[in-house]
Amino acid sequence: MAARDYYSRGQNLVYNRPVLVIFAVIGAFLVFDILRQVGTGTVAITDLMSYLWNGLVLGMSLGLAGVGLSMTYSILNFANFAHGDLITSGAFAGWATAFLIAGLGEFSVESLILIGGPIAVGSNELGINVVNTPLALLAGLLVAAVLTAALSLLLDRIVFRPMRSADGVTLMIASVGVALFLRNFLTYSFLTDSRGLTGGNVPQFTVAGVTFGGHQITLVVVAALLMLGTHILLQYTKIGTAMRAMAANKDLAKVTGIPTERVVKLTWIIGGGLTGCAGFLIALQQGTLTVTMGWDLLLLVFAAVILGGVGSIYGAMVGGVILGLASRLALVWIPASFLLVAAFVIMIVMLLVRPSGLFSGRTTA
Amino acid sequence: MSTGSLQARAEGWLGNNDVRLLIALALAIGGLYALFSVVLGFQLNGTVNTLRRVAFLSAIYAMLALALNLQWGYAGLFNLGAAGFMAIGVYTMGILTAPVTASPPGFGLPLPVAIVGAILVTGIIGGLAALPAIRLRADYLAIVTVAFSEIVRLTLRAPEFANTRIAGVAFGTGGATGLSLPSNPIRVLFYTDPATTAPAPNALGAAIFSAVEPLGIEETLVIGWAYVIVLCLCLGLLYWLMIRIGKSPFGRVLKSIREDQQVTQALGKDTRLFKIKTFALGCALMGLIAIFWRLSGGYASPRMFKPIQTFYIFIALFIGGTGSPTGSIVGGALFASLLFEGPSFIRRVVAEYLQLSNAPDTLVSALAELGTLDVTPLLAYSVQDVSISALRLMLLGIVLVYLMQRHPDGLLGHRKAIASSVALSQQATREDDNE
Repeated sequence: MAARDYYSRGQNLVYNRPVLVIFAVIGAFLVFDILRQVGTGTVAITDLMSYLWNGLVLGMSLGLAGVGLSMTYSILNFANFAHGDLITSGAFAGWATAFLIAGLGEFSVESLILIGGPIAVGSNELGINVVNTPLALLAGLLVAAVLTAALSLLLDRIVFRPMRSADGVTLMIASVGVALFLRNFLTYSFLTDSRGLTGGNVPQFTVAGVTFGGHQITLVVVAALLMLGTHILLQYTKIGTAMRAMAANKDLAKVTGIPTERVVKLTWIIGGGLTGCAGFLIALQQGTLTVTMGWDLLLLVFAAVILGGVGSIYGAMVGGVILGLASRLALVWIPASFLLVAAFVIMIVMLLVRPSGLFSGRTTA
Repeated sequence: MSTGSLQARAEGWLGNNDVRLLIALALAIGGLYALFSVVLGFQLNGTVNTLRRVAFLSAIYAMLALALNLQWGYAGLFNLGAAGFMAIGVYTMGILTAPVTASPPGFGLPLPVAIVGAILVTGIIGGLAALPAIRLRADYLAIVTVAFSEIVRLTLRAPEFANTRIAGVAFGTGGATGLSLPSNPIRVLFYTDPATTAPAPNALGAAIFSAVEPLGIEETLVIGWAYVIVLCLCLGLLYWLMIRIGKSPFGRVLKSIREDQQVTQALGKDTRLFKIKTFALGCALMGLIAIFWRLSGGYASPRMFKPIQTFYIFIALFIGGTGSPTGSIVGGALFASLLFEGPSFIRRVVAEYLQLSNAPDTLVSALAELGTLDVTPLLAYSVQDVSISALRLMLLGIVLVYLMQRHPDGLLGHRKAIASSVALSQQATREDDNE
């Protein structure tokens, strides 16, 4: 009986969702192929492990960067193309602070505020890393969060609030304008030099041939803590409940007496704060900073959010980690220049097969 | 009061006749740049060359906006991957025409055959991309198409395809360094053997070159202007085609899809097929226009097809107003002349007339000088290459936000081509003024 049930359910699946079945078969084949390649020794097990670790690091970056995007997407109903440049803004604000605290007295304020750049401050001379200057980094993280939240609120006040009733496409195009403005404002202020950030001896651990960098570990741990905090906030506080109610049905939320404008503001504050932290941590892990950092990440962040399901915080986290792992594991088959291509293909396939994402049906939970 | 009525009269005179409007616009832009040239003290050759460049970019962006208007203004398909389809068109043409012996090698086909091939390839890829994408919501379609255009760009840039051999056929994209394209085809009109580096002029070429030589106008400029004139003819043809499409049964179905897809389906139209056809046609046109664009430079590289290229076309389209072919041309010309080329001319005027000292290295030192009420360091900082291009893009961002807030339908958006073949609004009292 049970076997027949399974059989008929399988049959239904094949008939109703043929594309899904095809992709599931391809996925299973790829997993099998990895195991085979490891078994035959074509891919060393240490290589595989470092792909997985690097994938996790990338995934946590994308997940943390995606939470804010996912929140605004579900509550304000538009794809915010300026999100990538909010990430960059957070990184610049945070790192200027970290440089100021670490190097005040030794270097000119001008060069520190500009994070080196046109005037070279050797990042090696400053020696910022998680062991040498933890306070400077903590201060940088806080300033990144606060300033990005403030910037988000300001942008909402100037750009998005006057067009609250506009449809998603109009808001999305306006956000493209905001993205252009922010990125080029940073270019105008900081110029295009790529900046080295960290220096000194960054601690790292090598376990069974896999190198775990100190800043990679910092990113994973802090990102996990921030996501846990967001989860608790949304799940157990009144404001979290209000946010989820608004994401589920805006009109009903308004009728129930939820102050929707205040919820929107808080969404920008929390989302912006997390985004700023993400920018600061991603720059810390990369060790370099450019004005196009966030814009270059934006499509990947979108991919993570869509993969997990728009509006779902867990979705953004899980989507980020899956995307990070998948795109790094793809190095088993494809050359490094196609890494991004693989991630975008995963996103497009996801949108076509299951546009509601892995965590569909849950909004901001 | 009198200015108001003057404005109303001017609007009445221009607003009712598209040809008058376009001619007035061309004269205004031409006049502005002639003035720039005089202020900057250009020779005749420089003035004519400035006008050529502005006219060239205006024609290209007007055509691109027309093609995008077919997809977004008529059918409501939000294609944020225009740059990718442009790249496919240009690179297909480049690979088909590159000589077999060149590096990277190509197929050595004649240019007209290659252009037809490029249009077909771009149209087919556009149709295939539309096949699954058409079901998506507008914002998801936007993300999918922008990801598609990045996939195209990254693939063209990848060293693996720079010089490759697939199934025994050697060809290549040139990778990050780019691809040489054939020389400007308009040279055939003026030279006996246009492929060589220093060709001899034919009868027509000799006559024109010797006629303009006393004025100090160079041969390359004559060729450039001839190309612009051909492009303007193409623009006219495309404009006519768009108006024809808009009035045809096909175009009316598209506009009804834009207004209400379900009603259109209920009337028995296969909206999917219409959308796919429109998407493919729009993409093929973008491929062709991009070929026109790059043939004048003789060179293509993946850098030219970043998403910002798509945003440029959208800004042009939104300035003019979606859904109106005349609006697309107005938007393309205004975008290219004022927003795209304008800032660099303003910068040259500033540099010419305000003997600026050396620019400070950083914005901080430039701002510090403001304390002594001296704005020249800040100006000098702002007119550097990097800062002026950043300021230009900041301006574009502000324009985009402004348009979305105040005029989401653009300057001529109120003239959005209506879906019905007769004007319904003249009979009914206009209740829906927001349309």
